[in-house]
Amino acid sequence: MKIEILGTGCAKCKSLEEVAKQAVAKFGGFHEVKKVEDIVEIMNYGVMSTPALVIDGVVKSSGKMLSVDEILAFMHNS
Amino acid sequence: MFDWLEGLSAKLVFDIFGFQEKSAIGDALHFFIYDTIKIFILLVTIIYLVTLLRSYFPVEKARAYIAGKHKLTGHILASIFGVLTPFCSCSAIPLFLGFLQARIPLGVTFSYLISAPLSDAVVIALLLSLFGWKIALLYVGVGLIIAIVAGLIIGAMKLEKEVLIAVKPVGNIHYQENETLFVHRLKESWEYTADIFKKIYVYVVVGVGIGAFIHGYVPADFIAKYAGGDVWYAPIIAVVMGVPMYSNAAGILPLVEVLTSKGMLLGTALSFMMAVVALSLPEAMILKRVLSLKLIGIFFGVVSFGILMVGYLFNMIL
Repeated sequence: MKIEILGTGCAKCKSLEEVAKQAVAKFGGFHEVKKVEDIVEIMNYGVMSTPALVIDGVVKSSGKMLSVDEILAFMHNS
Repeated sequence: MFDWLEGLSAKLVFDIFGFQEKSAIGDALHFFIYDTIKIFILLVTIIYLVTLLRSYFPVEKARAYIAGKHKLTGHILASIFGVLTPFCSCSAIPLFLGFLQARIPLGVTFSYLISAPLSDAVVIALLLSLFGWKIALLYVGVGLIIAIVAGLIIGAMKLEKEVLIAVKPVGNIHYQENETLFVHRLKESWEYTADIFKKIYVYVVVGVGIGAFIHGYVPADFIAKYAGGDVWYAPIIAVVMGVPMYSNAAGILPLVEVLTSKGMLLGTALSFMMAVVALSLPEAMILKRVLSLKLIGIFFGVVSFGILMVGYLFNMIL
């Protein structure tokens, strides 16, 4: 799975990246976690409120912080 | 509604602490305790309700709705959605570009960008709790008019080339609603409210504290008498002072309330509040990454002028 965190560098974006890494550790196996800060790339996902969570190219949530469990739920469903 | 609290605070200050009634320090302390608790209760309640309501209007939905609308309708819709949608200046850039991507004209985009921070949840909550619903409604109404007119002016100036990033228009803007359970909305809104409260409560305490001091020690017509509450340049000073004060809006509004009770004219107070909220230097710094300085300058200039006009208008008619 490829997990991307979209964010232009706000405080919440950094914490979401941390939470995503914890979720991946809990999920097990190797999954890439990537922070996307380039605004043009973010726009290509059609996201207008950051931070956003993208799994395998699909936008799962935008504009809010997520808990480890919420991210795990998204990972199980994709 | 808060008689019980006022009685409780009076009992605490005058009976238990033993301060003399009508003494400056007793009055100030009573005002501080009563006002802080009252504002805290109202703040949490109103921010929570506003956040919950706004969870039904994500900005992506607003964009899909505004896209392709006739120009004037677009300005009006964008300003109204600015009030209804959740907004954080930290995502001003993706929002701005997202609007342009949907072929929403620059002026309409600015209507949204002016309206959204003006009706920040904290500001609305403070206005309601400090000044009552009439002033709060007046503030929101005037904010809408400024957003519509300023957006129209910026749109008429043909400044599209001042946007520094080439925006690729997207053909079909559609919005896919994510089903969110009501319990989740309740929980998320609560977390958000707690988050905001943690950030602002210190400012509120400091603002009310200074206000309490003025309340107890400064005579009622002080501002009118010495600072000239009705001098013609008062709204100008209010706007110039308001721009750099962004992060402290939570602390400034309690102060403004006391100042109006001490003779500051309401129009001047409105100008000041709007300048504090609508024009923030941090937001300008964020926008500088995608907009030319010229465009940011025009944006600030037009909005300042609008706010100034509001100040003069209300000083005249209220």
